[in-house]
Amino acid sequence: MKLINKNVDKDGGGSVTLMPEESEDMWHAYNLISEGDCVRASTIRKVQNESSTGSSTSNRVRTVLTIRIENIDFDTQACVLRLKGRNIAENQYVKMGAYHTLDLEVNRKFTLTKSEWDSVALERVDTACDPTQHADVAAVVMQEGLAHICLITSSMTLVRAKIDQCIPRKRKGNVQQHEKGLQRYFESVMQGILRHVNFDVVKCILIASPGFVRDQFYEYMFQQAIKLDNKILLENKSKFMLIHSSSGFKHSLREVLTDPSVIAKMADTKASSEVRALESFYTMLQTEPAKAFYGTKHVERANEAQAIETLLISDNLFRIQDVKLRKRYVTLVDSVRESGGEVKIFSSMHVSGEQLDQLTGVAAILRFPMPELEDEEDSDHEN
Amino acid sequence: MDLRKPSMKDSHLMSHLNECDGFDDVYGHSVEDDYCISPSDAAQFMFDRTRQHQMSAFFNEENGIAEEGDCNITSFKQDISVGDSEKQKWPDLSELDEVRLRSCLEEIRSVIGDAVPEQILIDSVMKNEFDFNKALDDVLSSAASATGKPAADAPKPQRERKSRDRGAKRATDVPDRLRSDDSSTNNRQTGVVPQENKVGSTPVVKVVPPGTKTVNITKGFDVPPGTDSSESLKSDSNAVSPRSLSPSSGRISPSMGIEVADTLSDSKTMTVKEVKTATRSRENKVDVLTQYQQERGQSKEQLHMVVIGHVDAGKSTLMGHLLYSLGQVNKKTMHKYEQESKKLGKQSFVYAWILDETGEERSRGITMDVGQSKFETATKVVTLLDAPGHKDFIPNMITGATQADVALLVVDATRGEFETGFESGGQTREHALLVRSLGVSQLGVVVNKLDTVGWSQERFEEVVGKLGAFLKQAGFTESNVTFVPCSGLTGENLTSPPSEDMLLQWYKGPCLLDVIDKFKAPERPVTKPFRLSVNDIFKGTGSGFCVSGRVETGMVQVADKVLVQPQNEGAVIKGLSIDDVAVQVAFAGDQVSVTLAGIDMQNVAVGYILCDPTQLIPVTSHFEARIVVFNIKVPITKGYAVILHHQSLVEQAVITKLVAQLNKSSGEVIKRQPRCLTRNSNAVVELEMSHPICMELYRDIKELGRFMLRVGGITVAAGLVTQV
Repeated sequence: MKLINKNVDKDGGGSVTLMPEESEDMWHAYNLISEGDCVRASTIRKVQNESSTGSSTSNRVRTVLTIRIENIDFDTQACVLRLKGRNIAENQYVKMGAYHTLDLEVNRKFTLTKSEWDSVALERVDTACDPTQHADVAAVVMQEGLAHICLITSSMTLVRAKIDQCIPRKRKGNVQQHEKGLQRYFESVMQGILRHVNFDVVKCILIASPGFVRDQFYEYMFQQAIKLDNKILLENKSKFMLIHSSSGFKHSLREVLTDPSVIAKMADTKASSEVRALESFYTMLQTEPAKAFYGTKHVERANEAQAIETLLISDNLFRIQDVKLRKRYVTLVDSVRESGGEVKIFSSMHVSGEQLDQLTGVAAILRFPMPELEDEEDSDHEN
Repeated sequence: MDLRKPSMKDSHLMSHLNECDGFDDVYGHSVEDDYCISPSDAAQFMFDRTRQHQMSAFFNEENGIAEEGDCNITSFKQDISVGDSEKQKWPDLSELDEVRLRSCLEEIRSVIGDAVPEQILIDSVMKNEFDFNKALDDVLSSAASATGKPAADAPKPQRERKSRDRGAKRATDVPDRLRSDDSSTNNRQTGVVPQENKVGSTPVVKVVPPGTKTVNITKGFDVPPGTDSSESLKSDSNAVSPRSLSPSSGRISPSMGIEVADTLSDSKTMTVKEVKTATRSRENKVDVLTQYQQERGQSKEQLHMVVIGHVDAGKSTLMGHLLYSLGQVNKKTMHKYEQESKKLGKQSFVYAWILDETGEERSRGITMDVGQSKFETATKVVTLLDAPGHKDFIPNMITGATQADVALLVVDATRGEFETGFESGGQTREHALLVRSLGVSQLGVVVNKLDTVGWSQERFEEVVGKLGAFLKQAGFTESNVTFVPCSGLTGENLTSPPSEDMLLQWYKGPCLLDVIDKFKAPERPVTKPFRLSVNDIFKGTGSGFCVSGRVETGMVQVADKVLVQPQNEGAVIKGLSIDDVAVQVAFAGDQVSVTLAGIDMQNVAVGYILCDPTQLIPVTSHFEARIVVFNIKVPITKGYAVILHHQSLVEQAVITKLVAQLNKSSGEVIKRQPRCLTRNSNAVVELEMSHPICMELYRDIKELGRFMLRVGGITVAAGLVTQV
């Protein structure tokens, strides 16, 4: 994302002009824009003209429209953001108050006007525009008969393909069916990789599985690559990494990302730091349960005592349409920062974020134990 | 005709169709329909269409023509038309009584043919309150006194004799025919009474003997329609009847025939109703049990044994050697393995190769998937499941263990090896805990490789001491655990008492085979509704495809209709085989391969359940369970993503709610909605699956109400389904 113009008043109101450069930026935009904001962007609209004789012609014109958002749609897998709302700046084609749906496009700038830019939103703009945060990794988690091909960007994990085949088991005197099934499975995983992984962008491809599946697959893939003379695979052979995981399900990506060799290679990407933060939360919960809490109420109470050392919060909570509730979370984040705590905003598109979402979306590691919180019957279980 | 279409001359089908002139002249008539139907099927349909009304009118209203061969057609017609035109002729009865009445009629007809008008039969049956014998007496005596129909009387003795000849066969035939009749009736009057529907569509116990029906129908078709010469029909069917019967009796598994015959001879006074309901409704416990007794009473007891233990404890080698000693593997194959393993420089793996068959397993020298084999002891037929020991293949081991009744835990007695396998990180503990939580209560512990420590008694005692304490804590009772010293490679103390002097000095116990023989086979829940969990899907020989798995509960027969859950698709069982031997019936506890038809291979996946279409297995994606948390590092919180193992199914799940933490022994609630579950706690939790799966309550069917939760390659909890 490129920041083209930023004009934010002291009282928080103002506008920011941004240019998305890749699909991941749509995710940032989705997290920035909320209902009630105004967005100005170039778009295509079908305009109907009626001539003086009464015949009507319709044609499509590209025009710049400003709308007040009423509805936001985000397709997580295709990374398409659609904003629906009413026109608030009349022009020659579109009347005031007419509905329009904007499709934000890559490489076309848009201007976002908010009545209040809070710290979380401004931080989001900064991170979105930070060019160093690009570490594209592809990961294939597999087990016999099941594979997920994922793309991991700094703020999203996208499942590009899921391969689910049944491989006949070995049985007395009939091993061929098993081996044939395995070959077929490997072939589809390999095709999946070739189709979904862009080797120009991806810096590293992790192949993770329990047992020997990954080794077998790796061997198979490069045998095939030699046989078919597939240059792309052969040239990128060094990018493949074989990692252990306990299963082929998506959430075992967490294990993959905590693997020491992956951490070394992926440096400090958001994905792996989130995983580690969550891991440490769980460890704390096991060793010192009075120092780890989750649920809004508990965490807020801990914050009142300025006890929070690390706050884990899912960006899901900032996308709530309820302004009051969003404000509550923003104040929580701000006050934790003020008191010197660390705030980690998890992307709900990552596996770790998904898990945090399940865990009410907010969790905290405390500086000192607060056993009195534990006794309190907390109401978070009901939400 | 042939001149007009010379090209068609050769085709048998076409020439057959050409007989019914004008058929292929009709435009818009789907030609394909004609092609794909076999002549006999086509004939059946044509018969139905053209003769339906005439037949029923002929036999039921006017009657008087003794026509034995056609009797099943008649009854067929009757049953069908009960729903509409004939309803008023039938007495007003409850569904149950109606069925009883029909079966009585059937039976009477089988004795006396169609000589007596139906109305008379009905009346007499009603008079005698569905008692077949009395009704028959009644009818016969009245017929004798009246002697109204000489035409019917004359051939009667002859026919009676015949029907007696095949009394036993008849008895078996009757329910079948009834069943098929009933289901067709139900099809026509769908939803009359749901309960009746249920009964009607209960899986057919046997193949409907097609012989009688089809042959008759074909003959009927041969007769030029419209002539309706009863004489020709009669002679035809008479000529046919012996032939038409023999295939039908041949089709039925002999044991079935014997069984019903037995029951018949057992109680002379037994009414038809009893026979019918007995074979028909699966809920009838006595019947399934008797059938089970009949089929399996004499044979040896079935036992499924899983072999578990830490990687490289020597499980496959031990079992391979056992199989070889028992003569399950021929010398030639063994020699081949010996040569090949020598070539690879892995001669010590030669016995393991008997069970590890894939190239990958052999070259790496470890078992990866469950290997299956079979052997017999003095009193048992043992199905051997050789589980992988490596921790990455625990999912495979769980699939094996879910099918097992008893387990054999193999531990390596070598110094250091036992310790690595047993201390944390080794699979000895985890495997033992897993099989215990999967319901295995009898355990044989094989202290293997004792030759490497010179058959030392101290070592044996040490291992026994350490393991014994642990196993007790894991929930095995002492009397159910037996320790055996062995050597898998040398074959010491496997099938015969030890010959090694050093061992003989202190060991007086049984050899491994005796220990296996002493396991008690559990009771098979044959009376519960049918469930089979799919363990493997493969292409079989011939048509359709095969799924294999264990019949968890109930029984199944060829030609049964089953429902594949959670896909909710129907399928028909085309064939059953146990150990590559085709069978007709399979009971709970059997490991069967089922050939399915009527469903696409794509729509069946490992972990699916085949079940009785009338008694469905609950399908859910959200359920409540009681779990026992194992020794874990990371506490379980709400939102914890786990992998759920249920039978052969492996699926992602999320713990959505921690309902309550329970006291370990008393089961009392310690804390409602705890924040997290730490190690060794008991709790009630709610789980949400990513896809709907089949789950039974633990209290209904134990086998299908158990599951394991694993995270990151470690088993975190075992659970029992309490609420779906």
